[in-house]
Order: sequence, then C-alpha cells, then structure tokens
Amino acid sequence: MSQPEFTAASFNKFLGEKKLMGAKCTKCEAIYLPPRPMCTKCRVKEMEWVEVEGKGKLAAFTCIAVGSTMMVQEGYGRNNPYCSGVVELEGGQKVTAQIMGVDAQQPESIKIGTPLQLEFVERGEGENRNTYLGFKPA
Amino acid sequence: MQRAKKLGRGVAMVGAGMSKFGAFPEKSMRDLFVDAFTEMVESVDKGIETNDIDALYLGDAATQVFEGQGHTAPIAADWIGLTPKPATRLEDACASSGVALREGIIAIASGIYDIVLVGGIEKMTTLPTERVTDTLAAFADMLYEFPAGFTFPGFYAAIATAHMAKYGTTVEDFMRVGIKNHNNGALNPKGQFNSSLRDIMNSKVAKAQQKGVAVPTWKDEMEFLHDPAANPVVAWPMRLFDCSPITDGATCVLLVAEDLAKSYTETPIYIAGTGQASVAGLHGWNELTSLSSAKAAAQEAYNMAGVKAGDIQIAEVHDCFTIAEIVATEDLGFFEPGKGPQAVKDGVTTRDGAKPINTSGGLKSKGHPVGASGVGQAIEMWHQMRGKAGPRQVPGKDIHLGLTHNVGAYGATCVVHIYERR
Repeated sequence: MSQPEFTAASFNKFLGEKKLMGAKCTKCEAIYLPPRPMCTKCRVKEMEWVEVEGKGKLAAFTCIAVGSTMMVQEGYGRNNPYCSGVVELEGGQKVTAQIMGVDAQQPESIKIGTPLQLEFVERGEGENRNTYLGFKPA
Repeated sequence: MQRAKKLGRGVAMVGAGMSKFGAFPEKSMRDLFVDAFTEMVESVDKGIETNDIDALYLGDAATQVFEGQGHTAPIAADWIGLTPKPATRLEDACASSGVALREGIIAIASGIYDIVLVGGIEKMTTLPTERVTDTLAAFADMLYEFPAGFTFPGFYAAIATAHMAKYGTTVEDFMRVGIKNHNNGALNPKGQFNSSLRDIMNSKVAKAQQKGVAVPTWKDEMEFLHDPAANPVVAWPMRLFDCSPITDGATCVLLVAEDLAKSYTETPIYIAGTGQASVAGLHGWNELTSLSSAKAAAQEAYNMAGVKAGDIQIAEVHDCFTIAEIVATEDLGFFEPGKGPQAVKDGVTTRDGAKPINTSGGLKSKGHPVGASGVGQAIEMWHQMRGKAGPRQVPGKDIHLGLTHNVGAYGATCVVHIYERR
C-alpha cells in the first residue's frame, strides 16, 4: 500500500484531520517527529506513518509579546501575549507548539514539567484557515 | 578516534576595520563595507596594496530580504576595487561572517591563496521591526518551528526558561549581563549604543523633566530594567534590554599566510584554532540549557590550539540575547553548567575581572548587524590583543590568547576561533 510522502505537506494534511503523525523506520522502529523520508540511523528510506500519542510535558517555553506576522494576524501582541513551547513527548521526541490554556500574561505561573496533551489550534481565515500543532495542560 | 584537525599552514590577522554600527538610512551595505575596508587598510602597519589581495570571503545573512539585493560578494568586491578577484558570499544566519573567517583561514591554509580579505555586511534598519522579526525567525525551521509561533527572541527565551528551571537562574541574572555589556559599550565609539544603561536611564529622566511629564524615580539600573514601561517584555523572560538591537554595519579583517605576516606588521595576531559545528532544530536537542554545536566547535578549536578553556584570557561571545552570553560562557567551559550567572554576579566577566567577556560591548550594546557580527568579534581581538583598545583596553594584562564564539540562529551553527599573539 502506498503511503503519503513523508513531507511537511503530508504532516500538515494529517494535522487537518486532527492527527499527530510521525514517520517510523520499519528497520529500527525509530519514530521521527517531525517526519522525514530517510532514517538517519539506518540511512534507508523505509518509513511508515504512525499516529503519535499527544502526551508529554513542557520542556521550555516563552510568552511572546512581539509576535511573528502570523500570530499578530491572529490578534496576539503586546496586550495579548501568547505562549510557545517545546514539548517533550512520552516517546522522547521534542516538538515545538503553541501552548494553550495557560496565562501568558502571568509567565511566572507556567511551570516547566507540566503534563500536557494535544490541542489542535486553528489559525487563519477562509481558504487560509489551517490546523496547527498545539498543546494544553493535561 | 577523530584525528585532531590542524591547519595546513599558519594564518595571521594583520589588519582590521569596521564601519560605525547603528542606523544609516542613506547608506547601503556596499557603502558600509567601503567604510570598513578603508579603516582596515589604514590599520595595516606596513601597508597593503588592494591588488595583492587574492580573494574576498563575505558573510551576509539576509541582504536579499533587507535590501532586495542578492549576490552581494561581487558588488562588495567591486566597490573596494578588488574585482576581478574571486568574491564568495557565505550565509549561515548570524554566524555568516564567523564562517567566512573560517573559510578564509582554510583557503590560506590550503595554499591556494596567500592574502585573503574576510568581511561581513548587514543593513537591517530598512525594514520595520515586524518584518525584521520574520526575517530572523526564518533562520530557524520554517516548516516545523515557525508554525508554533516562535520568534527569534522566543527561542532564546525558551532556553532561558529551561536554564531558570534547571539552575535557578533569575531575570536579574540576565539583566546583569546587559548592564555589564552596556558599560563596556559606553567605551566603544563604533558601537550602536555607546552608552551605559545608567546613561540611558538618566537621559530618559532628563527627557521627562524637559517635557514636564511625570519623572520616573528609578534608583538604579536594576529598577529601570524592572520597569515594564521602560523595559517591556519582548518574549518573556527576555525584555527589550535583553535583546541586541537592529543594526546596520560592516566589518573586515585581512588574513595572510603566517610566513608573510611580518611583512605587514610586527604584531600580527595568529589563528591558533578554528572549530565549527551544527545541530538541527530543537527536535534534535538532548538538553535545552546548552548549545551542543558550541561545545563541539569549542572542542575542535581548543584541540587545534592545544589550549584549555582556563587558558583563554579574553573572549567575545555571541550575546544576541543576555541568556545567550550566560550559556556561551558555560558551553565554552569557562564556567561549570549553571554557574554562568554567579560568575557575572561576582564580576568575573567585567573588563577588570578574571575572564573579561565582550569588552567591545558585545552584540547587545555594540549592535548586531547579523552577517557582520562574527568578524566584528575578531576585530575586538585585534584591538585588545595588540593593547590598542583605548579606554576599554583590559587593564593590567598582557593578552596573548583570546577566543571568539559566533552563533547562527539559536545554535544551528556555531563557529569558534582562538587567537594568539606570540
């Protein structure tokens, strides 16, 4: 059975279907997140898509007041900061994501190590509306 | 076992020059590069003929975006009258000119060239802050990190929160780095700020008095830096004065084969070691409190030079953000992991401390024209190690061993150089 290409385009399409998908090397069983077409341990292109359970903990974060253009268009800014973080998943992979359900106005209240679960984030309008990777406290 | 790398033949720095750093609406990168070049020519004690230069290696991070101009190296070469000599641009984000320096060294060591000009350029103030933010964010992973909302300060801020959680580092620790580097920068007339945070604070008080509005009552720099009106959060815990500014500037140094060095000056600065390493986006990081590329680059440079961290007398490290300086001093082995903040607190890293860091003012105060900063660090070595840094000269020390640490993005590239005066 042919699999979707192991690309960001496929990854994002899966996100749109509310699935966090990684690329698993069928030889050594390493799971890559973000996905990639070649296992850098075995150096072969024998991947398969696997759904990754969206559980992990907060490894690092920041509350951003001067945002990227994309986030400013979402209404974030000086008076409405947002939290971006690094999440360490239970499988050991690290992913970056917007962290929802925390008070970005009170960064001291956000604790590293907080257990997190998947929370898909919708951004953009009309045809440009897309699903992005997010997490929230479990 | 990896073989210790060494240069095929020795290389020395015999001249150095930089434009003023700041905001120059009337000038393009090529004009700034001419300023750097003419100062470099004047700095060569026994003179240099442009025709004798074999090649140009130019660091340039994003001039396509900032000025809409690509393929910048031949233009820079033309503006200084170096054509038809080969001119090559290198792009590794904010490590572009540190990498250009390394490539220039390797080119001479290979034997192909005897005399190489290494430079760096960036003209950043053409764009509004939001577009600069997007341009710098593109030095990280646009497919997998940008969608998380990360900005460039945001990445270092995340490293800062990890450092705080692991070692108990505080926002005051970050602020102390800024105060120190601005104190150094106040003595650097080429720098963008050229004023201490105390000066900046006092000038804001004076302005308020002049305008007849409520006069702030900060008792010292720390209170000033804690005031969200004076020092707003950019990406917590990084505030405005934790961040290097947006800067226009150009830099260059002249490298020659070691056996030619004394034809140009009696006090050349020799390249004792060079190291470079890379690491992928945050998904490839084992720990978030350290740049693995910096550790690897430093190890390569130390091995080549045959020296240890403790032997280094002075260093310019990549303080694009205050946390970055703390992490750099730990990655380079100057201080144990987690002990960087205490070293700053104890004054170890001040100009008259045991390990002076960023005597130029660093990127924080001197300014950070991203593609020019790596060579800018080498220029400070040129001045300090020849005892000619003027009012900011490290006091009471004969400096014969120095180090520079230049980072691209938040550690995807790191390049380290060690310099020696014999």
